[in-house]
Order: sequence, then structure tokens, then C-alpha cells
Amino acid sequence: MNVPAIELSGVSCVFGSQAVLRNLNLTIAVGETVAIIGESGCGKSVTMKVMMKLLSPTSGQLKWFGHDVSRLPSAEQQRQRLRLGYLFQGAALFDSLTIYENVAFGLRMAGRHAEDHIQDIVVSRLKEVGLNADIVRKRPSEISGGMQKRVGLARALALSPDVMFYDEPTTGLDPVNSRRIDELIHSVREIHGVTGIIVTHDLRTVQRVADRIVMLYPRHKLNEDDSQVIFDGPLSELATSQEARVREYVGDELESPASQAA
Amino acid sequence: MDTSTAHSPIMLIGRLTQEFFCGFGSLTVFAARILAGLKSGLPRRHVIVPILYEVGVRSVPVVLITGTFIGMVMAVQTYQQFKMMHMESRLGAIITMTLVSELGPVLAATMLAGRVGSAMAAELGTMRVTEQVHAISALGADPVHYLVVPRFLACVTLIPLLTAIADSVGILAGWLFSWQVLGINSHHYWMYAVQFVTGWDVVAGLIKSVFFGCAIATIACRQGFHCGAGAEGVGRAATQAFVLSFIAILGLDFLLTVMLNTTYYLIWPQAVSLAMTVGAAS
Repeated sequence: MNVPAIELSGVSCVFGSQAVLRNLNLTIAVGETVAIIGESGCGKSVTMKVMMKLLSPTSGQLKWFGHDVSRLPSAEQQRQRLRLGYLFQGAALFDSLTIYENVAFGLRMAGRHAEDHIQDIVVSRLKEVGLNADIVRKRPSEISGGMQKRVGLARALALSPDVMFYDEPTTGLDPVNSRRIDELIHSVREIHGVTGIIVTHDLRTVQRVADRIVMLYPRHKLNEDDSQVIFDGPLSELATSQEARVREYVGDELESPASQAA
Repeated sequence: MDTSTAHSPIMLIGRLTQEFFCGFGSLTVFAARILAGLKSGLPRRHVIVPILYEVGVRSVPVVLITGTFIGMVMAVQTYQQFKMMHMESRLGAIITMTLVSELGPVLAATMLAGRVGSAMAAELGTMRVTEQVHAISALGADPVHYLVVPRFLACVTLIPLLTAIADSVGILAGWLFSWQVLGINSHHYWMYAVQFVTGWDVVAGLIKSVFFGCAIATIACRQGFHCGAGAEGVGRAATQAFVLSFIAILGLDFLLTVMLNTTYYLIWPQAVSLAMTVGAAS
């Protein structure tokens, strides 16, 4: 049996008196692309940050490639984390650094590559996301939002991760840039075989890139024992789901499998 | 009867007490993370040099202006009092003593808490709300080691130096004003300054400034790292960084003065009687 890339077992996350996640179970298999959807405040981004261990769960277990993260020594945890890449919603580029320094950041911190090699990786990653090497001296504030997202993706890909997290990758972008980001997500998977986890509200992105869709429901709208995952399945099932809460969220935006085939 | 209203003063005291201990605990944990970060190695040169420049070099004008005016104000304020006692020739002693042991370290640290501490809290707070702090973690680095340790080292090493500059400039400005405007004999100014101020006073002032530097960096970085969402959160973090640093500077000043004086008289018990003898003889 294949070891899942990411596994959450009974994870709860409480901020003050507000429980955002309670007893959440979720498994992401190696190689699949999973979209996590749901209305605002349902805990999508928190789930992803918990998976990346940018937030510590209040209780429950997180596993990366079968390793219980809480039991890993901190050096090993850092090493394992380099197998995970994260594209932040606002790109989260370091505004005091140039584009080159941003993309090179993780490589320099890892301390495993000579500067010449780092330069080659930076240029090739920028090229891969469709950016010319002539922007490397610019600061993040000097480039557009769409370019920032692509630089953020290049920065995450520079470390050759096995799993990529995309936090609302197309939010705030025009349709052209949204499609470009979707194509990049798709090509990252095709070229590098990277497992993808996408948090998004954009059902077109879901349609273009996801194999499996997980829909979360806000904890405060559920009873204590109800599962927060109200849908978990492929796109074809999402489009035809008769579950009222799923229908309410999805509406008529998703094309039916028949029209997709046409 | 509304019990919440009836108990509100007690609840308020309870809540404030709880917040104080939670805040203090959080600050202690943060300080421990800084120490752990220090243990894992010194920051890289290209990371720490710009911070040293920002904290040190760019603070020099503020410190020069502060030191100059403190020295001159000290001369103006003490001149009338000393003249009534026919002791105006000893202005150098009081200006130098006050600057070196108290006003220099405290005012330099206060200025730096305003200039450097608030800027640090705002910068780190902005990085937090724009997820740059999370991005550092996501790229396999420790945000405390990368962001906080260089700022901590810069404050701890440079605030004593800036204090020394403030002290020196204040003493010089006090001398210039006393000599040129108040007509104090230059020789007497320096003679009494040297006679009354010991090496221990200078060292004690600098020891205080090291602690002030630790407090400013720890508080400012902690406020930045734990700042609330949005522009309001960043603004509040910057303000709180200054206010809390200022309170910490005053509290530490009192504690350190007591401790350093006790240490001094433990090491040199004869100094008490010597000081009294010098006082009587003069």
C-alpha cells in the first residue's frame, strides 16, 4: 500500500474560544491534485497551514509521507518540510529582496548548492513560470500581481518539492493570468509529478486542475459530531451532487460532465 | 441583579492580571526562542550588515541631537541651584555623573525604542500580516533566527555604543555651554568631572544600556511577531513596542541601579566612607 503524502487524523484547531477545525480527517495520496473548497471561514486555509505545519493543531496527528511530524526531531522536520512547497495567496515575496534573492532564498538557506548552481536554478525556474531573467534585479513592488504569483511559484519550485500547496492561487488575478496560473499548476504536476493541494473559491480552477475535490463546511454551522468534510470525490460527482449545501455553494457554475465531454 | 456588573471591578483586575502574566510568559518564551536561535549560529553577513547600519549608523544623528540638548539643559538647570550654594564650578561633576550613570543610557535607549523599536515592530508586523514570516518557515528557515537574532544582536551591541556617543556629546555640550555662556572655568569643569565620576559609573551606565538593548529588541520583535491583522494591527504593534519598551527601560533602570550600587559597595565597601570623606573635605 502506498504511503499517503499528507495525512490529517482527528485534527482540531482552536483559536481562543473559536474552533475552526474539529476532528478533521483527510488523506492526500501521492501524485493527486486535490482542491479544497468551501465558503469563507470554513477553515480551508487553516487546514492547509496545518498540513504545512505553519500552524500547530490544537490536537490530532499530522503525517508527512507516513512520518508523524510531532515525533520528528526539529532538524529532520526542517529537512522534510523542504519536500513541501507553498504558494501564498498574496505571493508573500520578501519586499526587501530582489526577485533573484527571493527565488534563491530557500536554496541559500538550505546551504546545499554553490552560488553558480543557485543562479542556474533561479533562471530555469523563472523561465519555467514564463518570466524572463531580466526581472531578477527588480523588487516585488515593481512587478504586477500576476508576475508576483509566478515568482512565488518559482520560489517554491526552486527547492524541487514533492508536494505543492496553492493558497487561492488565482484570487485577484484577471482571467488571462488566472488561466496562466492554472496552466502552470497543471504543468508542475505533469512535468515534476508533484502532488498538489489547492485552496480556492474559483470553480474554474477546480475544473481545470483538480482530480479530487474536498468541500469543508464552517464548524460553527455544524453539530458537535458532524463531519466538517461535506463532500469528498471527483469533479463529476461534485457537479451532480444533490447535497443541498454542496449545491448551494457550487450553483450552476460547474459544467456537467456531459457538456465537458462535448 | 446583574452579576457581571457587580463583579466587574474584580473581573477587570482579574483580566488585567491574567493579561499581564500571559504577556510576560509569552515574552519569556520569545526570549528563550531568541537564545535558542543564537545557539544555532550567527546570522550571515549579508543579513546582519544592513540591520547594523539601520540600527547603528542611522541612529547617530538622533543620538547626537539628544545628547547635545540633554547636556545643555543639564547645565542650565543645575547652574542656578549650584550658584546659590557657590558651587557653580562643580557643574562638570553633576552633568557628567548624571549623564554617564542615568540620563545618557535612559534617554538614548528611549530614543532608540522610538526610532528602532517601533520600526522593527512595524516591519516584522507587516511581514507577518503579508505572510512573509510564514514564507520563511515554508522555505525551511527559522524566522526567529533569520529575522529576530540579527536585530537582537544589533541592539545589544550598538545601543551601548550609541549610549557612549550620547554621553560624550552631552558632556561636551554641557562643557561648551557652561564655559561659553555661563562663564564656568573650563579647568574646573573637567577637574570635578574626573574627580567625581569613576570608571565604575561609566561601566554601570553601559551595562544598563546592554540590558535596555536586550529589552527593546525582544519587546519590539515579539510585538511584531504577534501583531494583529491588517494596518491597524501593525500600527498597534508599533505603538505597543514603544510603550512597553519605555516601561521596561524605566523598570530595568531602577532594578539595575539598585543591583549595581549593591554590587559596587559589596566589592568596594571602603568606597562609602571614602565618598563621605571627599564630600566633607570639599
